[in-house]
Amino acid sequence: MGFRFDLLMFMIVLLSVPVLSNLILSNVDRRIDLTTQAVRITSTLKVENTGSDLVSEVLLAFPDDQAKHLAYLTATNNEGKGKAKSSSVSFPVDVVRPKGMHPSLTFYSVSLPKGLGKGASLTLDVLAVFAHALQPFPERITQPDIQLVVFNETAHYLSPYAVKVQSLTVKLPDARIESFSKIENTKIHGSEVKYGPYENLPPFSYSSIVVHFEANQPFAIAQQLIREIEISHWGNVQVTEHYNLVHGGAQSKGEFSRLDYQARPHVRGASAIRHLVAKLPPRAHSIYYRDEIGNISTSKLWGDPKKTELVIEPRYPMFGGWRTAFTIGYGLPLQDFLFHSEGKRYLNISFGSPINEVVIDTLIVKVVLPEGSADISVSAPFPVKQGQETKFSHLDVVGRPVIVLEKTNVVLEHNQHFQVYYKFSSLSMFGEPLMLISGFFFLFVACIIYMHADLSISKSSPSYLAKLQWDEVQAGVQQVRNIFDRCLTLHDKLEASLRDLSRTGDVQACKASRKAVDGLLKDISKDLKPLLLSLQSSPQAAQILPKVEELVAKERDLQEKLMVKHSTVVDSYEKKLSGREIENRVALQQQKITALRQEVDDLLDFIDEI
Amino acid sequence: MQRVPSYISRSVAGSYDNEAVAIFALIFTFYLYIKTLNTGSLFYATLNAIAYFYMVCSWGGYTFIINLIPMHVLLCIVTGRYSSRLYIAYAPLVVLGTLLASLVPVVGFNAVMTSEHFASFLVFIIIHVVALVYYIKGILSPKMFKVAVTFVVSIGVVVCGAVLAVLIALVASSPTKGWSGRSLSLLDPTYASKYIPIIASVSEHQPPTWPSYFMDINVLAFLVPAGIIACFSPLSDASSFVILYIVTSVYFSGVMVRLMLVLAPAACIMSGIALSAAFDVFTRSIKFQLPGATENSERDAGETSSNSVVAQNDVAKTEKNEDAVKERPSKKNRKKEKEKENVEKPSVKSQIKKKLLILPLEASIIAIFLLVLLGAFYVVHCVWAAAEAYSAPSIVLTSHSHDGLHVFDDFREAYAWLSHNTEVDDKVASWWDYGYQTTAMANRTVIVDNNTWNNTHIATVGTAMSSPEKAAWEIFNSLDVKYVLVVFGGLVGYPSDDINKFLWMVRIGGGVFPHIKEPDYLRDGQYRIDSQATPTMLNCLMYKLSYYRFVETDGKAFDRVRRTEIGKKYFKLTHFEEVFTTHHWMVRIYKLKPPKNRIRGRAKKSKSKASSTTGTKRIGTKKKNPWH
Repeated sequence: MGFRFDLLMFMIVLLSVPVLSNLILSNVDRRIDLTTQAVRITSTLKVENTGSDLVSEVLLAFPDDQAKHLAYLTATNNEGKGKAKSSSVSFPVDVVRPKGMHPSLTFYSVSLPKGLGKGASLTLDVLAVFAHALQPFPERITQPDIQLVVFNETAHYLSPYAVKVQSLTVKLPDARIESFSKIENTKIHGSEVKYGPYENLPPFSYSSIVVHFEANQPFAIAQQLIREIEISHWGNVQVTEHYNLVHGGAQSKGEFSRLDYQARPHVRGASAIRHLVAKLPPRAHSIYYRDEIGNISTSKLWGDPKKTELVIEPRYPMFGGWRTAFTIGYGLPLQDFLFHSEGKRYLNISFGSPINEVVIDTLIVKVVLPEGSADISVSAPFPVKQGQETKFSHLDVVGRPVIVLEKTNVVLEHNQHFQVYYKFSSLSMFGEPLMLISGFFFLFVACIIYMHADLSISKSSPSYLAKLQWDEVQAGVQQVRNIFDRCLTLHDKLEASLRDLSRTGDVQACKASRKAVDGLLKDISKDLKPLLLSLQSSPQAAQILPKVEELVAKERDLQEKLMVKHSTVVDSYEKKLSGREIENRVALQQQKITALRQEVDDLLDFIDEI
Repeated sequence: MQRVPSYISRSVAGSYDNEAVAIFALIFTFYLYIKTLNTGSLFYATLNAIAYFYMVCSWGGYTFIINLIPMHVLLCIVTGRYSSRLYIAYAPLVVLGTLLASLVPVVGFNAVMTSEHFASFLVFIIIHVVALVYYIKGILSPKMFKVAVTFVVSIGVVVCGAVLAVLIALVASSPTKGWSGRSLSLLDPTYASKYIPIIASVSEHQPPTWPSYFMDINVLAFLVPAGIIACFSPLSDASSFVILYIVTSVYFSGVMVRLMLVLAPAACIMSGIALSAAFDVFTRSIKFQLPGATENSERDAGETSSNSVVAQNDVAKTEKNEDAVKERPSKKNRKKEKEKENVEKPSVKSQIKKKLLILPLEASIIAIFLLVLLGAFYVVHCVWAAAEAYSAPSIVLTSHSHDGLHVFDDFREAYAWLSHNTEVDDKVASWWDYGYQTTAMANRTVIVDNNTWNNTHIATVGTAMSSPEKAAWEIFNSLDVKYVLVVFGGLVGYPSDDINKFLWMVRIGGGVFPHIKEPDYLRDGQYRIDSQATPTMLNCLMYKLSYYRFVETDGKAFDRVRRTEIGKKYFKLTHFEEVFTTHHWMVRIYKLKPPKNRIRGRAKKSKSKASSTTGTKRIGTKKKNPWH
């Protein structure tokens, strides 16, 4: 409460300050709305020029400690009553530091474009919104306690001009009022406290009042909110909002009992933040609500063509002083927010958070434009700090330009649209897919080249030659092996013909087949000769050659034995010997054949392993 | 194999546990070992050692390799299958592998000091002796050799005996015989529950139940015996190794559920072999009979038909690959064998053998169809198991009720609360199961976490949890703990809560601090929390923190997990205060009251009583009294 005494002190000092101009306020009507955590003061000022000069600006004064919480200030021209608000014109408002004024006051000057002539009057509607103007008192409460806040104001309108008639209405939430300053002409009417009317007060008159009342609405304060708006010309505007939320009301102390909270949630823990409502634009899609440890499962979503409403619950009910952090993300259709004008594109999207009840200490809006955007400019309805950075995302070469807008003390009134103008050629949209395609293309081309190129360094090095020779030898061996396979199948055929013989007794057919096989085998041995010669000539084949030669010899042996057996069998058939006799005659041969066959197989196996 | 449930259990949501990595390393090591064994290439032997190093880096289960391979080598030597390839496969692995393993900080000198590694060194010596013997055999005549053998054997026996005696004396001098507790609990399944409760307390270390076998390996269980038979039919070095692998891993998985992980690849390899053999037989008999009616023409076109066999076999093989994708990355080694088979088949494996194996055409077609169906069903089962049993994260619980899915996200609620609403350097005490979660999700220092290297720490927390409030406060305060986190499932019926784990806390705590005695917490050998429970139980911190103000929820304090009313319903906490409880009461966080409060109490007391030290004692006893 210390500063109140300060103010009282300097109020006396202020009285000696000379009157700034000839303006007087003939009527001041103020309404202070304390039902939400952001304090809204609507003042209707009737300004009269009593001097002779044209006045082009009206000064509004706020004490410094109020001014630092000032989030939003507009002055609109209210021409007569009953007119729609849309017709009102808002005047530019600037901070000024007039000379000779007390340093602990901050002045805002409302410029009147037309000026105010002699004797003329004008009605101004001034809306000032303050964040953090409500102080919890007591500052620390336990879970069952109710949250009380105090609010300081002056009952007399603080102005550099003399005020003829003024009144003040303080609208409180529908709850208990602990106390309020009673000065002259104080009335209470339901949840409204009325001060005034007061008449003929000099400039800089100040009369401190304090209202102490129950306010159980949650004080959701985002200490930092980063909104990242990323434009993709493929049809999407992706909005990602990182909240760093704290309950800014009275700090909770002592135990937290889930039992009490669950049994009587509106008594024990009345001021806790249970849920927040985010009013997203219509046709928002791919909405998510998560924090650093994953999806938060307590959220609900309603959508209709006019709006999308996302009700989010923090992971835990938030009591005074508790913190949390989470991220909301959603995609918006591009055509709703991106427009063309005069050869430029512009993004038209709301500035503030979609969660209305949140007061934001620091809001950082980052607009990520597509790579290759140029000629960027921003138009915002209120002053913001601007910056620019670059963001690298997938497949970016030069990075995407990012417009960074920063604003402190953001309240609901800041939910206005702002525009980012930029130039972007539609063709550069295809840059990244083309990059991918060409990347893969060159990869495959490189692979093809690699496969076809002979990368050996020296064509005459011994190891290279040896490798070539070895390849030759292997090819040769493979051929030999194929030939032997053919041989073996021919042998099988001979055997088959014998079996046929025993079944049908057709000797002639059998003989014919033997002849055919014989011929084929001769052909094969002819084929074999050059191969063997080439193998003999190659030094690499030295170790295989004996095996191959052995194989050839064995095979020839086998072939002869088979022929002999065949002819014996055929002979015996011609002599009409009995089956048993035939078997006896060929038994010995058969044994040899099987043994030889086995050896040949083994040799072939060996060659295979090579 | 990527679909085998027991393997999936180790990788939730695509993020791999180090054990999932380790299984790859394990199989890769085995594959390289067999590859070396087959080729005798020193290159692969070196790769093998490096793969072994990878395994050592990733998992403590590397001891399985370093014991299994020597066992196999020994088996080969004993059965007379020694070859220079075996030597090349083994010797570099031991030397290089041990050197590399000791580079890993956790292993260090354990690689040569502990008994787990002795088997490998012993076999290393034996293989050298055998190699020497073979060498000498090679250069000497048989007669000379006999003489030399008697000479060498007599000396060798003496030397080996001496070395063994020294080793045994060394090993026997250490209390656990040089074996680490985990290995011992593997060899003797009852060991852990007797001596190291901390190992036994982990549910993964319990022996598995039959359903869990069926759940995890399903049809593989039937294919494995077939695979073993198939391995025996041409018994080679590689197949004997596979048999050894499956046998040991079945035993180990029988001891611990967790080692189901080791069994899974073995079972996959085995059933892969079985399937491959089966398909072999069936496709061959089909091929043999499709042109079977005109056998002559087949003979005529012998060559072409043999080619078509290869083609058909390839088809079968790819088909098998498709329906049994789960089979082994290590299929490679089997494939190699199979290729050999394939190559030799058209030429060599001729009539005799083929005719033996021919089955009727219809039967083999049906059998192939059934096998494919079996494989398909197995895939379905695997997907189901992955979806139902292993994909649900253990941190977010769900329940199906008549009005839909209900989500219990209490753990993350609590961790998020901790991470946002406590100081960055506050320490949190909880049972060690929640250590990693708290560290990762709440970003707070914990006293004990899931790394169980430090038994004493865990025992301290266990002791604190099983002590009365004041003693517990002192323990926690000495550990600089600010918050105590307990998991309580009594309200919603979540069975794996701290009260159910409490007996392990008592056992582990009692293992280090003998004043905690398990019988004090049991009534007639029964663990209960109802009115029959022992006063020690009803006064311990865990009981109080779990049931604090629980009675006010329903008026009776009915615990839905234990299905009973709790023993002591109305009590207050003097040294702790509840700071957070989650929506379903599953996680309750308490803060240690600052000592200032007690000093004030002490001051009050010491006004009446003289000295402060006796005063504290008095308060201790006085404060306890009402609860007794």
